[in-house]
Amino acid sequence: MTAPEQLNVANLEAPRTRSPWVDAARRLFTEKPLGALGAVMTVALLFTALFADLLAPYGYNEVFPALAKSPPSARFWLGTDHIGRDMLSRVIYGARISMIVGLSASVVSSIVEVVLGMSSGYLGRKFDLVLQRVVDAVMGFPGIVLLVVVMSLVGPGMATIIIVLGLRWGINGSRIIRGAVLSIKSNVYVDAAIATGCRTSQVLIRHIFPHIVAPLIINFSTRVPGIILTEASLSFLGYGVPPPAPSWGGMLSGPGREHMLTAPWIAIWPGVALSVVVYGVNMLGDAVRDILDPRLRGGSGRYGVRARKRTRRPATETEPTHARAVAAPTAGD
Amino acid sequence: MSAYIVRRLWSMIPTLLITTVVVFLLIRLMPGDVVDTIIEDLQNRGTSEAAIAATRAFIQEELGLDVPAPIQYGRWLGILPQADGRISGILQGDFGLSLWSKKPVLSRIAPRWPVTLELGLMALVVSQLISLPIGVYSALRQDTIGDYLARSFAFALIAVPNFWIATLVVVLPSIWWGYTPPIMLIRFSDDPLGNLQMFILPAIVLGMGLSGMTMRMTRTMVLEVLRQDYIRTAWSKGLRERLIVVRHALKNAFIPVITQIGLLLPLLIGGTVIIENIFGLPGMGQLTLDAIAKRDYATVSGLMLLVAAGIMAINLGVDLVYAWLDPRIHYR
Repeated sequence: MTAPEQLNVANLEAPRTRSPWVDAARRLFTEKPLGALGAVMTVALLFTALFADLLAPYGYNEVFPALAKSPPSARFWLGTDHIGRDMLSRVIYGARISMIVGLSASVVSSIVEVVLGMSSGYLGRKFDLVLQRVVDAVMGFPGIVLLVVVMSLVGPGMATIIIVLGLRWGINGSRIIRGAVLSIKSNVYVDAAIATGCRTSQVLIRHIFPHIVAPLIINFSTRVPGIILTEASLSFLGYGVPPPAPSWGGMLSGPGREHMLTAPWIAIWPGVALSVVVYGVNMLGDAVRDILDPRLRGGSGRYGVRARKRTRRPATETEPTHARAVAAPTAGD
Repeated sequence: MSAYIVRRLWSMIPTLLITTVVVFLLIRLMPGDVVDTIIEDLQNRGTSEAAIAATRAFIQEELGLDVPAPIQYGRWLGILPQADGRISGILQGDFGLSLWSKKPVLSRIAPRWPVTLELGLMALVVSQLISLPIGVYSALRQDTIGDYLARSFAFALIAVPNFWIATLVVVLPSIWWGYTPPIMLIRFSDDPLGNLQMFILPAIVLGMGLSGMTMRMTRTMVLEVLRQDYIRTAWSKGLRERLIVVRHALKNAFIPVITQIGLLLPLLIGGTVIIENIFGLPGMGQLTLDAIAKRDYATVSGLMLLVAAGIMAINLGVDLVYAWLDPRIHYR
């Protein structure tokens, strides 16, 4: 008696307007097949990283000295490495390191880019001028060289690599946030807020910050794969997460490399895992950017004109062009 | 045009100056005491006490650590006189002595930059050969199966770490065919074919990684051009697709593609560091890693400065080429 009534009420009061986040998630799965695939792969990575203890058959540092370099078998699905550790377990635990570094460094870089980008964009003038020249200088170095130098100075370690990678990406990303703040700053409602006596902190937090959330999320989701790859490269070169920890990059370097001739599976699996993860997270990040970036909506490639098929396609996306905007010279005045 | 060039060169000066400050601060002030780190390293390597004392004195003298930091910077840059009264620093073309081999830094870099240049240029060519045709195809067939496949391929190229592919390329042939790449560098002047043979594999590995990115940029540029009014006009005139693509679209789409080269440079040079290391090519990248491993910070700072300046110069060149190619842009 009561159950149907409740159902009816729920049906009647179902809100017609969806939250923009739900809408974005729906668009991801309906409009972006590649992005949806990426989302599934990313969730798989998160799952593997969170439940590594349950999934891995052995500990990541559990050594079977007598069984060193044994090929893939029923007992060791992916074989063992040069000192007899199960490759499958190490690859599974490696997901955890990649995820921790990828997400934490991205969080650090978001904080850095908000602080730098908002202060530079809002305060402007000399502060902006000087800060932007420093950003220019830092961006002018080839990333990996700068990172290796800094890591060799501060010493390897999980925490240091997170901070260093976060700083590097944050400084680069602050350009985009600064640009967004510059365009928001010129809106009338910002002037109105200042005129009604809002403090600078209030203007920044209440009136400007909500508008840079979209570029922040875009930056966040598109940089995670790059950070994961860079951590692996640094660990490969010996300046990343130090050895006993099963970093995918570290597993491909050092002593393991010398044994790859006799045990090639040591060289293959971490690279496969790394490629699959970066592939998935990349596609997800790309789809997230396409969905959240208003500049990329609308306008079909040929205005619906087709050589053979004359059907009008629904609105499609392209990739953003701000990369070119950075490099392209501005016409002289 | 020449006024534009002068203004661009002028605006590079503050950036270059700040670059020198960043390098200086990074190397000399950040890690506590560089001398202690180097000495500790030597002790770990089992160097004799006398040799360590001599090295300590040499490093302290070479870095001029007895004076305050601003004076150190001035001496290093070459605007303040050195301890012996000479004015000799980076502005005079003196990058100091290597802390390890005690030879001038520039003389260590000189034999190595052609290797990096050759590898970089070849990788650039490889990346464009892969990415331009696929990128254009992907844009022309937007949202078809072919486009999805091409874009997945581009993502795959970005996702596969170049150090892994490079390792496999070195390891697998030696397992399968017992082939090992030559260990000594073959100079182009001695044996052009042997030299190219030596560089082609590393260049392909490096170029593949870059091509994923350029493929996506090319696709975007072509898509953007395809939305222009004159393309719509061409379609409505009833021109065939081939004519529209070749005569109208590609000409304009390829202009911004030039700027990709400027964007790719830091990645390209970063890539050479890893690739040279794995393939054993004696270029600047290998020298960089070597110098960092030996804590030879005089060489490291020299390399960083030269590379940063080189990237700035090439970016300026790219901008000028862009202006020359694109009739819509006038620099005054």
